[in-house]
Amino acid sequence: MEKKRKEIIVTVIGKDEVGIVARIATTLAESTINIIDINQTILGGEIFAMTLLADRIKSRLSLPEITERLQDSVAGMSLKVTVQDSEVFQYMHRV
Amino acid sequence: MKFSSEEILETVGMIAEDKLDIRTVTLGISLLDCADPDPAACARKVREKILAGAEGLSEKTDDVSAEYGLPIINKRISLTPLSLVVPTADPSAFIEVAHAIDSAAAAVGVNFIGGYTAMIQKGETAIDRALITAMPEVLAATQRFCASVVLASTKSGINMDGCYTMSRIMKKTAERTRDQDGIGCAKLVLFANPVEDNPFMAGAFYGPGESESSILVGVSGPGAVRRALENLGPDADLGQVAEAIKKTAFKITRAGELIGRAMARQLGVSFGILDLSLAPTPAEGDSVGQILETMGLAMPGAPGSTAALMMLNDAVKKGGLFASSSVGGLSGAFIPVSEDASMIRAARAGAITIEKLEAMTSVCSVGLDMIAIPGATSAETLAAIIADEMAIGCANAKTTAVRIIPAPGKDVGDSVHFGGLLGEAPVMAVSRVSADNFVRRGGRIPAPVRSLTN
Repeated sequence: MEKKRKEIIVTVIGKDEVGIVARIATTLAESTINIIDINQTILGGEIFAMTLLADRIKSRLSLPEITERLQDSVAGMSLKVTVQDSEVFQYMHRV
Repeated sequence: MKFSSEEILETVGMIAEDKLDIRTVTLGISLLDCADPDPAACARKVREKILAGAEGLSEKTDDVSAEYGLPIINKRISLTPLSLVVPTADPSAFIEVAHAIDSAAAAVGVNFIGGYTAMIQKGETAIDRALITAMPEVLAATQRFCASVVLASTKSGINMDGCYTMSRIMKKTAERTRDQDGIGCAKLVLFANPVEDNPFMAGAFYGPGESESSILVGVSGPGAVRRALENLGPDADLGQVAEAIKKTAFKITRAGELIGRAMARQLGVSFGILDLSLAPTPAEGDSVGQILETMGLAMPGAPGSTAALMMLNDAVKKGGLFASSSVGGLSGAFIPVSEDASMIRAARAGAITIEKLEAMTSVCSVGLDMIAIPGATSAETLAAIIADEMAIGCANAKTTAVRIIPAPGKDVGDSVHFGGLLGEAPVMAVSRVSADNFVRRGGRIPAPVRSLTN
């Protein structure tokens, strides 16, 4: 059975600044990765934390390439970007 | 969202900060069809089988790791015990085949390959004897090939002649690798009741009861367990501690299950087992000893260490067994001295001794592991230490192992340095009380009774 979706979880954590979500969203759009859901908050008044669920079925990029592009898009900002297959979370957090 | 931010950040933190990783993806390959009395033909068959079976193992492992965003640290291969593959009672035949295996391992990009193995728990054949005779040469002259010898089992007792033989082989092996602090002995494991599907080196071999080929995965996350206990705080009672370990073990195991299935698909072989063992590395934080410290012991080796380790080992199994139906291998906590920063500190401070380690091995996997002792230790004393560890496995129907390095020219107070995953260790004191006459009796200690278990 062909998968209809290929979901990834993107996490961005670090120092809060203006425009982080915009940059990440733009880069994902340019990579034909469709955002399904976003959670974003400011922890303790200064730490930016975003978790984002997206579908990369139409993207030709590998997971490390996506990570690199996203990290480049926020270069110069104190942020750490990680990208993982959502199956990892499915396995670890759902019985 | 289908996952909460807390869940996502927990997993990301486990990987980025707590060093949760897939410790090893080990490909088991049966060599039973490679037996040939002509050593050259046997070497060729074995080499071809490894090259064909493990083709792309390294690249495919890297691909799976990248695609899931989960680090996979080691790629390894375990083989059918070589005593069942080389049907020739000639040490030079074993040396020839061992070199072929070592070069095949290098060609497919694995850092260790296991299976230079003989099973002599009840007695040795002429073939076993040839394999063992060639062992110091094989361990000194090859880089990747790891050896193991089964000396005892609950069903057959302890082969004391074997213990004595192997203590002398260990000393010879250490001497042959003297310029590297006796590193040859770091690739040699002596077993009671070994499992046939262990993915962890140096003791991995692919038992004769296994399938043609399968994927054996070892997960590891001592750092993640420690973090969970830190978050619990110092006031939680031990029931709550056990619960937190179980939950973390569950998550770690699920990550391993995911990778194991993906690897098996990629390589077109079956998914064999998932080994739950908490395996430390010398990296700070990636330590089983630090879990014991977080539980409230000042250092591993303190009174209470055996109790704490029993709980840790048991809780890991309980959490892991619920997370996967393929649990196998050793699936306990490892306490290698040289490979665990906290254990190294405890050994340097004199907080942990060989005797305390021996007691701790009765409640965890695997045994006296990566312990450096003075090079001048007699073969008789070393054989007696081996026999004690075999007795713990034998009487408790569990796997125990000995991987001790009698470091040539070194004494208590010195250190050995192996580098990399094998780490470094202070040379530990060995009892000076003689066991010579006991060991020299030889023979076999009969199998223990399995009832009246008091």
